[in-house]
Amino acid sequence: MSRVITVAVAGQPNCGKSTMFNAITGAAARVGNYPGITVERLEGTYRFNDRDIKLIDLPGTYSLTSYSPEEIVARNVIIDERPDVVIDMVDASSLERSLYLAVQLLEMGVPTVVGLNMMDEVRRKGIRIDSKKLAEALGAAVVECVARIGVGKHELMQAAVQLAERAGGAWKPLVFSYGHDLDPVISEMVRRIEAAGFMTDLYPSRWIAVKYLEDDESVIKQGDQFGPLSQELKAMVEVVRRHTEKTLNTYPEALIADYRYGFINSILRRGIFKRTQGLRLDASDQIDRVVTHRVMGPVLMLVVLWLMFYITFHVGSYPQGLMEKGFGLLGGLVGSVIGPGMLQSLLVKGVVDGVGAVLSFTPLILIMFAMLVFLEDLGYMARIAYMLDRVFRVFGLHGASAMPFIMSGGIPGGCAVPGVMCSRTLRSPRERLATIFTAPFMVCGAKTTAYIILTAAFFPRYPSLVMLSLVILAWAVALITARLLRWTVIKGPSTPFVMELPPYRLPTFRGVAIHTWDRVRQFVSKAGTLIFGISVIMWALMSFPQLSPDIAAKFDHERQQLTQQVEALGKGGQPSESGVKEGFEERIQQLDARRDEIALRHSIAGRIGSALEPISRLAGFPWQVNIALIGAFAAKEVFVSTMATAYSMNATAAEENFSLSERLASDPAYTLPVILSLYVFILFYAPCIATLMIIVRESSWSWAVFVLLGSVGFAFALSVSVYQVGSFMLG
Amino acid sequence: MITLVVHTDASPYGLHSTYKKTPLKEPETMVKPLRRMKVNQIGRVMAVNAYGELGRRIRDMGLVPGTDVMVVGRAPLKDPVAIRLKGFTMTLRNSEADHIIVETEN
Repeated sequence: MSRVITVAVAGQPNCGKSTMFNAITGAAARVGNYPGITVERLEGTYRFNDRDIKLIDLPGTYSLTSYSPEEIVARNVIIDERPDVVIDMVDASSLERSLYLAVQLLEMGVPTVVGLNMMDEVRRKGIRIDSKKLAEALGAAVVECVARIGVGKHELMQAAVQLAERAGGAWKPLVFSYGHDLDPVISEMVRRIEAAGFMTDLYPSRWIAVKYLEDDESVIKQGDQFGPLSQELKAMVEVVRRHTEKTLNTYPEALIADYRYGFINSILRRGIFKRTQGLRLDASDQIDRVVTHRVMGPVLMLVVLWLMFYITFHVGSYPQGLMEKGFGLLGGLVGSVIGPGMLQSLLVKGVVDGVGAVLSFTPLILIMFAMLVFLEDLGYMARIAYMLDRVFRVFGLHGASAMPFIMSGGIPGGCAVPGVMCSRTLRSPRERLATIFTAPFMVCGAKTTAYIILTAAFFPRYPSLVMLSLVILAWAVALITARLLRWTVIKGPSTPFVMELPPYRLPTFRGVAIHTWDRVRQFVSKAGTLIFGISVIMWALMSFPQLSPDIAAKFDHERQQLTQQVEALGKGGQPSESGVKEGFEERIQQLDARRDEIALRHSIAGRIGSALEPISRLAGFPWQVNIALIGAFAAKEVFVSTMATAYSMNATAAEENFSLSERLASDPAYTLPVILSLYVFILFYAPCIATLMIIVRESSWSWAVFVLLGSVGFAFALSVSVYQVGSFMLG
Repeated sequence: MITLVVHTDASPYGLHSTYKKTPLKEPETMVKPLRRMKVNQIGRVMAVNAYGELGRRIRDMGLVPGTDVMVVGRAPLKDPVAIRLKGFTMTLRNSEADHIIVETEN
């Protein structure tokens, strides 16, 4: 008897759909991913009078055409999973536009409950809505809600259960006139569709006809495979298209939209919807006079962007530091419990460091997303895109590309992991791919550590100037590369900017918390496992094969002799000999460093680095740099310690006392062209593994591979030119 | 300057229009692309000459013939433009606003 009722929750963006979904399901929603898009698929349950109701959150869409992946996904869920009821949340304060989606749902015939959200705002604005009459006119259930405070959630569920029982699985499509130009042809198409049984198991026949008139790619593609009637229908559409173009200077798709709005208007005019003035400015428009003002706007935006950056990386550095320290301690503990050897190395350098690498990002992601979700729910992200679009469009990007760039290190010290993750706010696919490709060019915090060491070695007198030049170079190259990409690989017209400037609304703590938590959990469970896996592989590359037993034995023997000498001195205990003792200890350290260097060179990574030397010499890099660059692919901050090992120096001390800087500065191999070439290569050569895995999550494996190969090739070409031109000019 | 020939029977609320230019002594209304509207100016959409994805996105937002719009602002670099219609605010680039023909009072 008590069958589970499935309810899909649809709605236009900014209508409060997620808020209502969270209010109904609580925080216990199950998060998945819709295939092919980065929108989470949320599922939750609700219990209503002993009935279990399963709720599916559909992506927010303005309509159910098939231009964006979100729209196709929303439509497919309704068609393939055939929910018992669809709840369509609408922003009642802009009812006319909001009902556009509701009408399309009703045209499909799925039993629909319309949730009139923001009823508090509606009353405050003096708008009057007669929801009973609206329900009659639409043939749908209508429930008044205020999602922000949970008003109406119980009533929505009640209406959904009642409607599901009443409909009993039957779909009754809403039918209204599309005017005397289209109605006759629609009738004829419906007749033929029904006669041929053309996809009628899947869709209502009139809906199929309308989709053909709307030139709906996905339905037509499906129809082409289904049967020959598809060609006939297309021919009929072509005839009517020519007719409307000649007589009305328009085309069927536009006419259909006009008549849908016409239908909505005719309903609303029947005393259902009364407002004082449609064009009256909202409080939000008044706020925007300041917030997007010619002078004040950009100033405020810079402050907000800087604050967001500052809070993420400066406040985030405390938990991040603690996390790193904790993993350092854990590594030490594991190291002391398990004696030196392969197992210790695997656990400390492979597992603990790998997990540490994943988890040390989480505080950053948590803080960044909390603020990002807050700004987005507030409505400010749309204003940033609005103000910056003119600038970014020049480079084939979108106004919303600014945030990923800045987070990735557009202000030095960022991190491309949260940077690439926040490209989610970009709804334009081509612009988004270009942003994902170029954002990792920015000067992230880990690159900064490498630059500090290099700059201390080569340009000790101008650290600030060097950093500033690097930041400018990063921005310039990122933007130019984006432009080039948009002219070649991701060619195509810019995605329409057309978007809503949603009214400013104070986000709920609950909403921000739920979204942020989802993102962090996804990062740890999805990207985290990949990052961990590849960290272990990188460890293996840098540890195997091990030194041959006789070489290892030689080192062991030498070390033992030295230790015995130290111990012998210790027994004597004469204070005057302490200097001699230190000398021995230094020799032990040197021996260990020498052993590490030989082991590194002997490893797979080391052999690759050495083997690449003939090629890397084109850009001026010796094998030590090659190995460090391979190591830095695991995480950019590894560059310094790997360089130190490759130069037979104590790896941990290098970052603290600039001994590596001194060593490099005194090395004649590092001429100015080599140094400049190295600076350029580090900046652009490849996103680190963590970023790359995020790119996989945010786009696809193939795009991630393209980003990797593309940026390595691009950086190498750039470095070779810098080195060759530099060498030529300096003679 | 311009008179309007409006096919009021084309849709429930009229205004699928074609217009032709003939001189008038005292122009009361002006027909022009939305891009040329000034901030705070009010107009009514006469035609949307955009096809494909752009056309669909514009219609999805309710910017169809017969709709009253008001320009509420421009971005600091004068582009995009923000407009108010049907109780909400939206924004589009000037190049996109070129496809939208409006009638404004003088």
